[in-house]
Amino acid sequence: MAERTATIQSAHGLHARPAALFVQAVNDSGFAVTIEKDGREFPAGSILGVISLAINQGDTVIIRGEGDGIDAVLDSLVVFLETDHDAA
Amino acid sequence: MQERVLTGVGVGRGIVVGDVRRMPDPLPEPAQVNSTLGPDAELARATSALGETAQDLRERGAIAGGLAQEVLDALAMMADDQMLVSDVKNRIDRGATAERAVFDAFAGFAAILTMAGGYMAERAGDLGDVANRVIAKIMGVPAPGVPQSDVPFILVARDLAPADTALLNFDIVRALITTDGGPTSHTAILAREKGLPAIVGAKSAEVLVDGDLVLVDAAAGEIILHPSAVRIEAGLAEAEARKAARDSATGPGRLADGHEVQLLANVGSAKSAAAAVEAQAEGVGLFRTEFLFLDSDTAPSIAEQAEQYEAVFAQFPGKKVVVRVLDAGADKPLSFLTDAGEENPALGRRGIRALFAHEEILRDQLTAIAQAASKTQAHVWVMAPMIANAEETKKFVALCTELGISVSGAMIEIPSAALLADHILAEAAFVSIGTNDLTQYTVAADRLLGTVADLQDAWNPAVLKLIREVGRAGVATSKPVGVCGEAAADPQLAVVLIGLGVTSLSMSPVALGDVRAELGRYTLAEAQALAEKVLTARNAVEARAIVAGR
Repeated sequence: MAERTATIQSAHGLHARPAALFVQAVNDSGFAVTIEKDGREFPAGSILGVISLAINQGDTVIIRGEGDGIDAVLDSLVVFLETDHDAA
Repeated sequence: MQERVLTGVGVGRGIVVGDVRRMPDPLPEPAQVNSTLGPDAELARATSALGETAQDLRERGAIAGGLAQEVLDALAMMADDQMLVSDVKNRIDRGATAERAVFDAFAGFAAILTMAGGYMAERAGDLGDVANRVIAKIMGVPAPGVPQSDVPFILVARDLAPADTALLNFDIVRALITTDGGPTSHTAILAREKGLPAIVGAKSAEVLVDGDLVLVDAAAGEIILHPSAVRIEAGLAEAEARKAARDSATGPGRLADGHEVQLLANVGSAKSAAAAVEAQAEGVGLFRTEFLFLDSDTAPSIAEQAEQYEAVFAQFPGKKVVVRVLDAGADKPLSFLTDAGEENPALGRRGIRALFAHEEILRDQLTAIAQAASKTQAHVWVMAPMIANAEETKKFVALCTELGISVSGAMIEIPSAALLADHILAEAAFVSIGTNDLTQYTVAADRLLGTVADLQDAWNPAVLKLIREVGRAGVATSKPVGVCGEAAADPQLAVVLIGLGVTSLSMSPVALGDVRAELGRYTLAEAQALAEKVLTARNAVEARAIVAGR
């Protein structure tokens, strides 16, 4: 099991468009990744799960997954989470 | 076939002939019964309906493109969401039917989003919409929502929700008819904004079925079922004549005797400001600033705000732009400004009350407005929403003065403010009447609630008497009295408002032509006489009839 910690940069948090893009990226990776905030953990490939966590700018989340090649996937997801997608 | 006349409240002046398409009624809640098919069959029904719904939404998104595609893609993601699918499966394993499992699973997630509030609470409505599509597919009935069609039609519905209208194609939908809903319903507001003829609250339109030929005359509030060839010809000729009158009325607003009436536009962004310029608006009577703050967890910075304001101001050099400071609360909650959990948010700390409670947000906004104003040639005025009395007005005006805004005023939306307009105008440079809220507070009927829609009508003589008080105060103090609610966009009501002492009208740009043309038919004395007569009406229906029978 590999895990990474990321701090959300998008001004509006992981809502709306950034959330949809994140979920898309997780599903495109083909790995079962989870996302945890404040002790609640959901599948990161679920839009309903991700938006249920109400993740705001500055929140810290932990993403986890396992399997061959998971490290590269988690790294790229961290880059995604730590980019401000609301900046024009 | 025999002609039949169905009546309702007309919106706009258009006349349209076309075939009826009905919007299917909402689905009933699926019964809570144990499955007789067994879990495997139920799961197959549910998963194929979920998958097909997601695919439908994605296909429609691909056709629509742009912002609509983003919305539809997001809905599609909800339909085939893995947590949702496993929740549905669990419910089916415990004996639920496919439709009930889908209904409950979506409701569960909707409840989570509603609790989260703000932006996510709005998405809860989307979930309900997706759930209905899936359930309709399982049950093999037409999906709720606007019928899909390539040929133009006249849409008949009980009432339309924002989710229904977001994707309306105005090349295909030629007119709207609702059996419920009133003049301030979402349907009516949308129709006015888009210049689409509509008849709302037409109870007798329940008889209309798909394929019925109807003539819709919005100015008369009439739907003619099975119109004769003669009737159609006359109707279309009248439509041409009205269009010609509208097109020939150009330039600044004035009555038949030359009395000037400033015709202004309501705008909500730099983009809608361009439409206002095109429609020959003499300025902006209501610049809504909420667009900058919605979907936000914090207020935008002064620099960010100033940039957006400047983009609007710059389009009106030498003209008036009236900015309404942030109007949050009630139907427009903002997490950083309004209190959650008020039992009665329309009567709670909304509008200027919320801003006074968070004065730093108000100060930042006024500072940004003053900065943007100093960079352009627009005459920028600022007004506060939900003012109740002279004390609040005085406090707001003082803040504006301190932060460099010289012309500041109050909105009249609360009956107390209308009755005390003389005292308010002693403090303010101008007032502007928001007729939607003024109507809802006068008749104590939520403007967005269909069940009390028949009460929400700005033609109500009680509302007009309050407006008369404001008009009188304006005349006595020689200060401008504007109207920036839906009422200003109703050409006949606009005449009455001028007769009551209103000096400027602000509306969605598309309504300007019809109002300009109608004002040109009356002198000030005639408008005043008409207003006096309308004030003797017992109710809104009688008030309308007095003007129609003039």
